[in-house]
Amino acid sequence: MSTTNRQLLSGNQAIALASRHAGVALGTGYPGTPSTEILEHFALVGGKAQWAPNEKVAMEVAIGAAYAGARALVTMKHVGLNVAADPFFSAAYTGVMGGLVVVSADDPGMASSQNEQDNRRYAVAAGVPMLEPADSQEAYDFTLAAIEISERWRVPVLLRVTTRICHTRALVSPRLDLPPPPAPHFVRDLRGRNLIPSNARPAHPRLRGKLAEMEAWNESCALNQVIPGDRELGIVTSGVCAMHAREAAPQARLLKLGFTHPLPMARIQEFVRSVCRCVVIEENDPYLADALRARGMVVESSPKQFRFGELNVDRVRRILARDDSPEPARAAGKPPELCEGCSHRVVFQALRDLDCIVAGDIGCYALGVLPPFSAMDCCVCMGSSIGIGLGLRHTLPEGEAKRVVSVIGDSTFVHSGMTGLAEMIYNPPSTGHVVIILDNSTTAMTGHQEHPGTGRNLMHQPTGKVVYEDLARAMGVRQVIVAPLGKDSLEFEGLVRRSLDSGELVVIVARRPCVLVAKHIRAYEKCPVGAEVTCPQ
Amino acid sequence: MSTVINVLLAGLGGQGVIKASAVLSEAAFRCGLEVKQSELHGMSQRGGSVRSDVRFGRKVLSPMVPPGEADFLVVLAPDQVEVNRAELRVGGVLITPECVDASQLANSKSLNMALLGALSTHLDIPAERWAEAMRSCFPAKLYASNQHAFDHGRQASLQPSPRP
Repeated sequence: MSTTNRQLLSGNQAIALASRHAGVALGTGYPGTPSTEILEHFALVGGKAQWAPNEKVAMEVAIGAAYAGARALVTMKHVGLNVAADPFFSAAYTGVMGGLVVVSADDPGMASSQNEQDNRRYAVAAGVPMLEPADSQEAYDFTLAAIEISERWRVPVLLRVTTRICHTRALVSPRLDLPPPPAPHFVRDLRGRNLIPSNARPAHPRLRGKLAEMEAWNESCALNQVIPGDRELGIVTSGVCAMHAREAAPQARLLKLGFTHPLPMARIQEFVRSVCRCVVIEENDPYLADALRARGMVVESSPKQFRFGELNVDRVRRILARDDSPEPARAAGKPPELCEGCSHRVVFQALRDLDCIVAGDIGCYALGVLPPFSAMDCCVCMGSSIGIGLGLRHTLPEGEAKRVVSVIGDSTFVHSGMTGLAEMIYNPPSTGHVVIILDNSTTAMTGHQEHPGTGRNLMHQPTGKVVYEDLARAMGVRQVIVAPLGKDSLEFEGLVRRSLDSGELVVIVARRPCVLVAKHIRAYEKCPVGAEVTCPQ
Repeated sequence: MSTVINVLLAGLGGQGVIKASAVLSEAAFRCGLEVKQSELHGMSQRGGSVRSDVRFGRKVLSPMVPPGEADFLVVLAPDQVEVNRAELRVGGVLITPECVDASQLANSKSLNMALLGALSTHLDIPAERWAEAMRSCFPAKLYASNQHAFDHGRQASLQPSPRP
């Protein structure tokens, strides 16, 4: 068998390569497992890629690029689309000129996420087309298809992937015959892109019209496939579940849907009628099953327990056998922990010893909730530490309110902490408040990405830098303290105690580079501007 | 290799589980086989359990080794053996750090390649494919030490075990 031209690529790498081959002019996003490597690989293969402060800004930058007629890629994990939902929904109304691919990387089973929300629901809610690849080859092919669909109907396309698509390496045969992308240029469209009510009202039926056309086109679209098999058992499925299902029931007739919004209902109906028993196999929400039943189709779906966690071949066998007996528990592995020498250890030791009530946030430091620290009382979403800390301060009895601290990482602070700080200045609790920005000079949790607070771009080249202490002072915080972290927590503990006792609004910037990335930072800093190619990785 | 070979590699963050699975996948890929390698990222760098599934053969569907169907279980951390043992099929082969003499390794970080060497004695992948895979997965200056560790693991596995 020839391996010429074929490559072993993760789904993330395949999306990046396809974007590059299609001439995507700009890739943007915010790091989030399992989506992060898409932009990193896009940069590696020569694409223009950049990290945005958060997913909303990334989405807006990508929409701007697509308004310019350029092809654009925006990537995020599933919960990132919550942050980016506002521009996403409106872009469906305004439409785009250049192809706009929105990648949502869902995480069934929550390998590294705070929920297992099913972003297929977003395609329906926003009214955008959605594609779901089942392996790396399809991740490549569907990225190209997404651009084609986006440009044909002038709408953003949601490319919905899951952890096992993103992080599975499999064979990809890239295409070499792609035409160059259209050249960007500005076309004024005052009525189309200004969503004041008088323009938005006609925009909605216009979008519904596009969706109706896409549904009709999808009825014969090659992105959906019937895998022949016995008529005894039919399976309707999409994404990686199609692979599990084919392995679990090789004899079954299978409808593998790739273009999953708007669904090709006539084709599905025909398939369901062609088999004696039809089972829908899908992870997370009963998105397909609900849609099919709403059209009166008689299909089976999974017993309740399979709504939780990711599927695998064994679980699909159970679903097909209508087996709802308890599944064997998998032995728990070793949980992760804060690294030896991690600067967060010093902080959480101090917060534990002071018996603080800690409103935490998303990042490595969420591990502060685990023993031996057990020093985090909540962790909800990006940036939530500040607002939640303030809410606790406003309402708890004074003695408890005075113990409340908000703890937020550097990248997370840029992502969603600044508006929380504005809230603190604007609605200060009577007991004051203490916000600790844990500045380890990187987005550590997702694998050490740069962010606007590091002063280096995605390629680790120097760029503009947001300085937290300057920002906090400019926003009106009078007590801003920069605390370089040592190895000993006592000094930091004293600082936090004094800050809590002051009854003022205090921002502490606790600073020390992540132990895993410190030597890389030193190397980046030695590199002159523009010499990034010679930097050690 | 008409059927799918299922290999599960496990260990702790930082031990090179993912790197070992990359080398194995690359070697199988270079034999012209279809390969799928699936792993969970995220918290792995912080010392937690890591597992990577590698499947190869003429046609591979699911990217994950079905529970209890691993032909080979390669575990880099002794305390992760029991956690993963149920993944091994009846008659499957368990490869642990005990299979090699770690004191013979120039660098303890190359235990992953030593265990791959031990695994290699059970697989129909020629030595040159392994070497090519290692060359493609490591910087040039690290290739020799990793090949050495691989060869050590392979030799140790071919010799009768000194342990009961």
